[in-house]
Amino acid sequence: MAAGESPLEQFAIKRLVEINIGGVDASFTNSAAMMVIVVVLVTLFLTLSMRGNAMVPTRWQSIAELSYELIAKTVRDGVGLEGRKYFPFVFTLFMFILFCNLLGLIPYSFTVTSHIVVTFAFAAFIFIGVTILGLVRHGAKFFSLFLPEGVPIALAPLLVPIEIISYLSRPISLSVRLAANMMAGHTIIKVFAGFVVALGLFGIAPFVFLILLYALETMIAFLQAYVFAVLTCLYLNDSIHLHH
Amino acid sequence: MTADKPPPSLEDLDERLRKARSAQEHAKPPTRSGPIGQALRLSTEMAAALVVGAVIGWNLDSWLGTKPWLLLLFLVLGLAAGLLNAYRAAKRLQDAVDNEDKSSGA
Repeated sequence: MAAGESPLEQFAIKRLVEINIGGVDASFTNSAAMMVIVVVLVTLFLTLSMRGNAMVPTRWQSIAELSYELIAKTVRDGVGLEGRKYFPFVFTLFMFILFCNLLGLIPYSFTVTSHIVVTFAFAAFIFIGVTILGLVRHGAKFFSLFLPEGVPIALAPLLVPIEIISYLSRPISLSVRLAANMMAGHTIIKVFAGFVVALGLFGIAPFVFLILLYALETMIAFLQAYVFAVLTCLYLNDSIHLHH
Repeated sequence: MTADKPPPSLEDLDERLRKARSAQEHAKPPTRSGPIGQALRLSTEMAAALVVGAVIGWNLDSWLGTKPWLLLLFLVLGLAAGLLNAYRAAKRLQDAVDNEDKSSGA
């Protein structure tokens, strides 16, 4: 890291290939490049590790099976048997976010999920998808989600707006949580990395801290991908079973 | 001595398999967010609803020309929705802890 470089420099979007379609800037950026890398790596990881398909799994196969089972269990516990249909979606989402988070920890790489545009696109897609799913499955009964059962009708004018705001806030809290976690963690790492250089010999203290911080960030990378999957299941469950 | 013992029956094996499987199924999830993660989760739940309320109120105000009353109203509603969100999230965390205690205690 060059002296004087801002810790926020790592989040800058750079255009790698300039593309302009009818005045719309559709350039291939470092963010897009990272997403392509993530998709390729996830595909390679899952296909190569399962190629042997051995009874006694190799180390790589174990990792692939563990992640599969973790999400399968999350979907089963969160949505129930009807949730099986949506397992591929949740699993894809989880693997993509997990790899984005983890690859972002490699120095000089780019963390796709630190940008709220990206996480909000995920969250908005889930939100719209889940709403359509609920409407298709339950029709007008879907709106009973906004009026809890057993509530006196006199309270409805107060409670319905509250429930609607609560419902609309889901994509925001979902996307902000992931992006904020990633951005805060990476900024702190860069700040401490700056101390290591600036303090010279005494830099050993922040350096030790940096190593611990890296371990924490690795855990957060995993945890946030998992939380995203869990909440996706939760919202799916609300749409399918119509209760909170 | 051991030769006298009959080999374990298939039912016995089945029983043990079932026990092992159910233990596996009820194993606690590998990850539990720490206190910081939980605090962050609850606070984003609250803040998000407040932001949504503010945005709705602001836009209705500039549309209907009733500045600033609808903004105030929807801020209050957003606050209530945020509390509701946080309450539900906290309840889920508590349920998860309770389930874990139950399965590990049994």
